[in-house]
Amino acid sequence: MTEFLPELIFALGPLALFALSLCSATVTHARRLAVGVASAAILGCIVALGRETVLFDGAYRLDLFSQFMKLMFGFGYLAVVLVSGELPDIRPEVKSEYFLFLTLSVAGLVTLVSSVELVTIVISLELVSVPLYALVAMRREGAGHRMQMESAIKYIVFGIAATGLMLFGMSQLYGLTGTTVLTELMPRLQPMMHSPLAVTGLVLAMAGLFYKLAVFPFHFWTPDVYQGGSNETTSLIASLPKLGAAAVLVRVTALAGHENRPLVLLLSALAIFSMFYGNLIALVQNDLKRLFGFSGIAHAGYALIGFVTLDYEGYTAALYYVTGYVFMILACFVVLCRTASAGENLALEGLAGLYRRSPLLALTLLLGVFGLAGVPPLAGFMGKFVLLKAAFAKGHLALVIVTIINSVIAVYYYLLIVREAFFCEPVDRHTIQLDLPTRFLCVGLAAAVIWIGIAPGWLLEQLSQCVRGILALGM
Amino acid sequence: MDLLENSGPIPLLSVLVFAPLCAAIVVLALPSARAVRFWTLVFTLFEAAFSLRLFFGFDVRTTAFQFVERGRWIPWLGANYALGVDGISLVLVLLTTCLMPLCVLCSWHQIQRRIKEFMICLLMVESALVGVFCALDLVLFFVFWEAVLVPMTVVIGVWGGSRRVYAAIKFFIYTMAGSVFLLVAIIALFLRSGTFSIPELMTRDLGRAFQTWIFLAFAVSFAVKVPMFPLHTWLPAAHVEAPTAGSVLLASVLLKMGTYGFVRFCIPITPDATRFFAPWLVLLSVFAIVYGGLVALAQNDLKRLVAYSSIGHMGFATLGIFVLNSHGLNGALFVMINHGITTGALFIAVGMIYERLGTRDLDRAAGLGKNMPVFASVFGVFALSSLAFPGTNSFIGEFMVLTGGFSWARAFSELWWARMIVFVVAGVVIAAAYNLRMLQRVAFGNATNPDHSKVRDVDLRETLTLLPLCALVFWIGLNPGPLMRVWHASTEYLLQRF
Repeated sequence: MTEFLPELIFALGPLALFALSLCSATVTHARRLAVGVASAAILGCIVALGRETVLFDGAYRLDLFSQFMKLMFGFGYLAVVLVSGELPDIRPEVKSEYFLFLTLSVAGLVTLVSSVELVTIVISLELVSVPLYALVAMRREGAGHRMQMESAIKYIVFGIAATGLMLFGMSQLYGLTGTTVLTELMPRLQPMMHSPLAVTGLVLAMAGLFYKLAVFPFHFWTPDVYQGGSNETTSLIASLPKLGAAAVLVRVTALAGHENRPLVLLLSALAIFSMFYGNLIALVQNDLKRLFGFSGIAHAGYALIGFVTLDYEGYTAALYYVTGYVFMILACFVVLCRTASAGENLALEGLAGLYRRSPLLALTLLLGVFGLAGVPPLAGFMGKFVLLKAAFAKGHLALVIVTIINSVIAVYYYLLIVREAFFCEPVDRHTIQLDLPTRFLCVGLAAAVIWIGIAPGWLLEQLSQCVRGILALGM
Repeated sequence: MDLLENSGPIPLLSVLVFAPLCAAIVVLALPSARAVRFWTLVFTLFEAAFSLRLFFGFDVRTTAFQFVERGRWIPWLGANYALGVDGISLVLVLLTTCLMPLCVLCSWHQIQRRIKEFMICLLMVESALVGVFCALDLVLFFVFWEAVLVPMTVVIGVWGGSRRVYAAIKFFIYTMAGSVFLLVAIIALFLRSGTFSIPELMTRDLGRAFQTWIFLAFAVSFAVKVPMFPLHTWLPAAHVEAPTAGSVLLASVLLKMGTYGFVRFCIPITPDATRFFAPWLVLLSVFAIVYGGLVALAQNDLKRLVAYSSIGHMGFATLGIFVLNSHGLNGALFVMINHGITTGALFIAVGMIYERLGTRDLDRAAGLGKNMPVFASVFGVFALSSLAFPGTNSFIGEFMVLTGGFSWARAFSELWWARMIVFVVAGVVIAAAYNLRMLQRVAFGNATNPDHSKVRDVDLRETLTLLPLCALVFWIGLNPGPLMRVWHASTEYLLQRF
């Protein structure tokens, strides 16, 4: 019974939030309940760690990988709820439903990492995505424009197209092997992996996951949705779904075996395009959320390098990188959300003189941004190091060179952010007041970014064991 | 041969590396600016005293790394926590720790706002620098190497001069771009040899072709740091715009990271490639000596003048390294230490002029010697040291490098351009020219000088800052033996293969 604790909490939690939203609760009550759900979820995940079960005829599996990922999602969920704060830019009448949809989306992520059957993966992915579509549209109407509606429509339409491609690819995989359960699919698919149909099927099946991860060419929604959604919604979209997509991508890419030249070439090409596209366009952005969106595309490219290797070292590196990325981007977004106190879209100039206005926010921003840039001893550097080592070990020298070139390109726009926050004088002198949960969150995220960078041993060991477990399934 | 000797009961090197970080955390809790300044001064003095314990406990007869500490760090990756010093690292650690109190002293009045954050940045830089020189594991080395960047950039960008933001961003991007090649080389080395451990890599024999690529990657990143022509353009901006303590740290210690890298990595790990590329790097060094000198001769901004003189002096250091003989390498180490002392002192002195006059212009500072006789005398000592006047510390280094250079030219006489080494002599003369020009203007000036009657001479704090450096100039200049004995065994070991 205790092995299903996370799922139970994520089933009862949305129900409780739904009940709360029916009786005209304030956003504070809803947030407190969500914090309660998140804390319970973390405890439940810790209890359920290390349990192994298979349900629904092999469609739903609890193993080390899924339970560990659920724990990560628990922490991420708590962080996102704390970032959400007072939700200044959400329509007042739906503020309490906001947390309901947020929890539903994370519930989808929780089931996503346990889904080991193709249709279940699609269902879980939809459970993740549909609440997000609603969250983007929940933003308040701006004067004379309906930016959030445009973003929501783009998100939905691209998302549906990606899901359609994903189902198409999955249908081909089913047609080739006669099964949709991943554990049975792997041994049946691997002898066929040299055929073009298998490669195409697999790549299209990954399309939905690439969409969530914002890999080129499935990235077109990213800058507009980031800019159009409210700051808090964007903080959710930028962090947790990417980790979920990377996690499932490990399961799906493991289907390809260890040697597959066309797949490697394709993933390398996608990675290179994502990196250059994201970094070069981010150089000219002025809106912070758009900048983080494009940089997110580049980071998806870096993470994809781990998948190019098709071995356990690369998968571990990719998961480690995306985990670090989640904490770093949340650190950047907590600063963004608190600096833009009315929930408006913040331009680069909006950060001016942050070190005077709030030293804690400035320090968190410094750690988050330099972490993303890949400066030791923070999480981003260690993540890139592990990725490059895995890629180099498989002989992908060109990828390594492209990655380091992109790291240097990216440093410029991250430095612009630091320049505004530290080297410029503030336009308005009033200090930003932070409440206790925000302070706690800033310190926690800063500590996480530093810890993941300096002492990654435990995390790497856990992730590599998880990945080995997945790879062992198909042997 | 076993290259490691274990440390005693106290992990001395770990203390030296991490104590500044702990001190930085303490600074956060201190109430007033005065408390912050005194605490940082006292702490850096203690750190210097601790590092002298390293010096006195060091066994100069062995080439092994001493005070070694090893621990598990990231077993999954193969990266270990390994610290240790040999003669070369030791003197650089001493240089860092002994210069830090002087940096704190010279920022006493110059930094007026956000003093806490400034001292925290200084302490973080110290921690990272000591870590760079002590690290015996490649990943650990790289982490410390890059960790220097962030606090240094903040120091330049927040407390610097008028173009500080430009200088800070240029410094960061330039150095980071160089370092990424170091990262690739480190990964390649691991994949080829299976270890990140520096002492082990020093004894491995890697293939010639592989060594060439590794050497090129190393050379790019170290050449940016040194800086060697043509990758030097970040230096004038960063040195000029940084506050005095920042300039001292940049010139005295950060530049040595590059030459340390050449000595620690290129020579032992890629000896064949080093032998192959050395003549070209000698040529670049000769060019840097002459170029740095000529550009310094044309400067009217005091700080820019000293910055370009750094390029020239580091040219001597790299020249000494790449002639690959005993005189050259030992001379290069002397140049490194002496340049740290002398140029650090020059930047402190120029900082004192700036604090009084609000300008670094040579013409506006002309004739200061009339009202600041003590300052002018001490400034004269450092100017003479910078031009390598016999009796001062720099003379020993430059003389040995020149001797090494001429031996090299004779050994390589089949290369027609080996005779270019004679231009180094011209470089020495040019160095004399710009240093004496600077000294003459500052001390004596022209027939009519600006009015300096309100300018006060050096006070107690400033004397305490300059006096140790002055003493070192003469001590090393007249008695260089004890210092050379510290690293002699290590340099002979490194040159075994050449």
